[in-house]
This record gives sequence, structure tokens and C-alpha cells, in this order.
Amino acid sequence: MTELLHQQLALYMPEMAATIAIMLLKIVVILLPLMGCVAYLTLLERKVIGYMQVRLGPNRVTFFGIPFLGGFGQPIADAFKLLMKEIIIPDGANKFLFLLAPIVALAPALAAWAVVPFGSEMVLTNINAGLLYILALTSLGVYGIIIAGWASNSKYAFLGAMRSAAQIVSYEIAMGFALVGVLVAAGSLNLGDIVQAQRGNLLTWFWIPLFPLFLIYFISGVAETNRAPFDVSEGESEIVAGFHVEYAGMGFALFFLAEYANMILISGLTSVMFFGGWMSPLPESMTHVPVIGTLLGDGIHWFVFKIFLFLFLFLWFRATFPRYRYDQIMRLGWKVFLPITIVWIVVVATLVVLKVPPWFATPTLAGAGA
Amino acid sequence: MNAVVSYLKSLTLFELVKGMSLTGRYLFERKITVQYPEEKTPQSARFRGLHALRRYANGEERCIACKLCEAVCPALAITIESEPRDDGTRRTTRYDIDLSKCIFCGFCEESCPVDSIVETRHFEYHGETRSDLLMTKQKLLANGDRFEAQIAADRAAEAAYR
Repeated sequence: MTELLHQQLALYMPEMAATIAIMLLKIVVILLPLMGCVAYLTLLERKVIGYMQVRLGPNRVTFFGIPFLGGFGQPIADAFKLLMKEIIIPDGANKFLFLLAPIVALAPALAAWAVVPFGSEMVLTNINAGLLYILALTSLGVYGIIIAGWASNSKYAFLGAMRSAAQIVSYEIAMGFALVGVLVAAGSLNLGDIVQAQRGNLLTWFWIPLFPLFLIYFISGVAETNRAPFDVSEGESEIVAGFHVEYAGMGFALFFLAEYANMILISGLTSVMFFGGWMSPLPESMTHVPVIGTLLGDGIHWFVFKIFLFLFLFLWFRATFPRYRYDQIMRLGWKVFLPITIVWIVVVATLVVLKVPPWFATPTLAGAGA
Repeated sequence: MNAVVSYLKSLTLFELVKGMSLTGRYLFERKITVQYPEEKTPQSARFRGLHALRRYANGEERCIACKLCEAVCPALAITIESEPRDDGTRRTTRYDIDLSKCIFCGFCEESCPVDSIVETRHFEYHGETRSDLLMTKQKLLANGDRFEAQIAADRAAEAAYR
């Protein structure tokens, strides 16, 4: 389809311009729904947490006055409020870094979507080092927080940034090891190939052989996004708002966007690595069911569904758990997660060598190529 | 043995899952939010809201300017000036309550020997300037006229306890 569009565009503009135009179009097609999801994720969060606390959550701002959509205008109203607000730069702040930090925080969260496969052919750039690219970009996000904390010239912001830096560096390692397990199991760094390696149904996905790694990856993901119960860098009851205490208006909004975009990204990656990405949990034969057969088969809708399942877990965590103490976070990362991942990598490697069915009986894609 | 059990518990995330099942149950619980402008919580007959000065049934104002309320007011929110009227009775020429000082303790209403100054159940009022929150004698009497039915009913209901 993109080739056809490319040919059509090439009639009106130089070859190069057509290529760039199509790339930009693809980026817009990915980012616009993503931004919409981020906006409504904030509403979902407030609603879900409200419901768990036996409240109703926001239900006043209607959407163009449609009565039963009470609350649906809330994200739009919030966004406009933040847009209209004055951007305050503190006196002692480093102006350049202060303004750079929100951008540095948001950009990697969006850029990482370039390699995430939405379907068997639906991926912006199908690169073989996808997993490495993801690891690199999710690690970059911490710079936004550190720069923000440093440039604010405020002790609370600085404390938040330092906490966050130490925490993210620690959990990066457990996360990396968890992904090594995925890499061993799938035999590929390409995210599309990782999904293909899980072909089958609910039971052939990697979450069963890699269950501890899945738990550790997801919990590390919660820690990486600085979400409750690992939100010591924000810690509103201890250090006001942590790294973004000095930010107002759009700068604050960008940090918010980054946090929620990262949540969606971690959910997406968890479903790609452990829950078969766009694959349907039902066996192949279900696709022959009349009328809804295509819905039961593989497709992007399953990917979106899985993402929302994990996002709900994020919100559920926040409604349930109190904040970790800082030394407990460090202990969990270094003395619990790290040993477990290393042990389980050995277990997974053994399973792969022994070709344990149903996950590793067929040669992996990399094995077939070698 | 206990150590093994506690390790197993923490490795299987037993307590975390237990906690999440609790919040998960509450997700489906009936919500107790009172949606304020449409729904309201029940009010006591002793509710202490906006002040009012009452009148007798013949239209005569009750206040005799004894200044007990002014004396008892812990926030010094009440200012009273009085003069004998043409018929020889003592009446207030000025009766101000500064709502920005008032702490709604209800002492004025308790101290009043003629049940003149009362606090109504009305609490949904606002002022856009400070002078809007300075209740003059005229405003207080107007409040009394407006809420008299409710005030009288509340007094009757609480009579046994006063």
C-alpha cells in the first residue's frame, strides 16, 4: 500500500521528497493515536483509581455536551489548561538545560515506537537490532529526569533526579537480563521475529517458559517509568514532586506525556516479548468461525487489547501498593531480581538446547538461518 | 521452616496478589460519592450556616440590642450600636456580622434571650468582595424573612432539647 502511495506521490514531487513524505505520514499515523491514548490514559487512571477507592472519579467535563460521556472532556480541558499556563523558569536555573529536559524525556519514549511491530507487516522500521535499539532508547529517558533535576537548581528536584538515576540504572540491568532470556528463547533481536517465534496460541507464548523473567521485566518496567510503587523520584509526600517540582505549564505537561507514553511503551514491549504481540490467544482453527473469524485471528486489535491489559495493571498497582522505601528498592533490584534472572537464563538455555515442546520444538528463526 | 514459608510467600508474590484482589473487589463495589449540586447529604436541624435576624409574627424585629452576642462572639465578628426608638424601646441602629471573621460557633444564637439572631441551614452563598461578606442589619433581616419557615420549623423540632 505504501509502495502505491509512493508511486502516486512521486508523480508530483522528486523521489526523495516522496520517500520523506511517506515516512512522515507513517510517523503521524503512529504518533497521533499514541498521543490520544496518552491523553485518555490519564482519564482512565483517574477513573480506575477512583473506582478502587469507592469514588466516581472525574465525570463533570462532558464531550461536546453529550450527556453520557461525562468526564470524557477532562483530558482535553487539562491539556488546554496546561497550554495556557505561564512557563516559569526559576531564577537560578540553567535556562537551556531546563527547557531541554522535558524534550529529552519525551523523545525516546516516542522514538522507541519505530521498531515496535503492530502486525506481521505493520512496523515503521524493521531492523534486526530492534531489541538493542529499545534498550538504548528506554535508557535514554532517564537523562531527561536527571537534566531536569540538575537544571532546576532546587534541592527537591535534585534529590528526585538522583533517586531516579540510581533506581533506573539498577533496574536497567535486571531488565536487560530479562531480555537476554527472551533473546535466547526467540533466537533473534528483531521484535517481529520474536513475535513470530511465539506462533501458536496462548500456551505457546513465551510467558510460560519465561514466567519469572516476565514478572521481573514488567516490575522493572514499572520501576523504569517511575510509577507507583517505585515513584520515589516523584515522591509527592516526601520531596513535593521530585524532578519536576519547578516545572509549570507545557514543560510539566511534557513530563506527564513522557511518563504515560513510557507506560504504554512498556506495556507494548511486554506483550511483544512475552505475550505474542499481535497474535491471537485462540487456536488457528477459530479463524474459520463465520462473521467474527477475522476478529478471532491475529491482528493489531489483539496487540492493543494486550497493551490495555498491562496498562490496567499499572493503574491497579498504583491503587494498591504503598511506595517502596529507597533501600528496599535497591535491595529488590540487586539482590532479588538480578540473581533470579541469571538463574532463569540458564534454565531457558537448557530448555532451548533440549528443544522442549511446545515452545522450542521447532527450530527458532535464527537456528533455521544458521 | 518459617524461613522457607516466608521465602515462598515473597517469591510467589502471595501478599501482593492478596492486596490486589482487595482493590480489585473494591473496583466493583457500589460508589459512595455524593454528586454535590444534584445530590446532597442530609442536614441536621442544628446546622450552623448563614446568619439571620428574626421578626415576631407582627413584623416587629426581635432584637432588643442587649449586646450579649457581641460580648460572647469569640471572633469579634459582631458590631452593634443602639439607640432608643421613638416609642421608647431600645433597638439596634447598626448590627453587622463580618462573615470573613465569623467561625460559625453558634454562640451568638445560644446567647440570644429573644431568639433573634440565628444561624440558618443555608450555606451556599458567596461574596465577590469583602463588603459582600459583611452582613448588615438589612441583609440579616432579609435573610430572616427569607428563611423564617425553615427556622421556625427547626426551632420547633429542637424545642425539647433547648
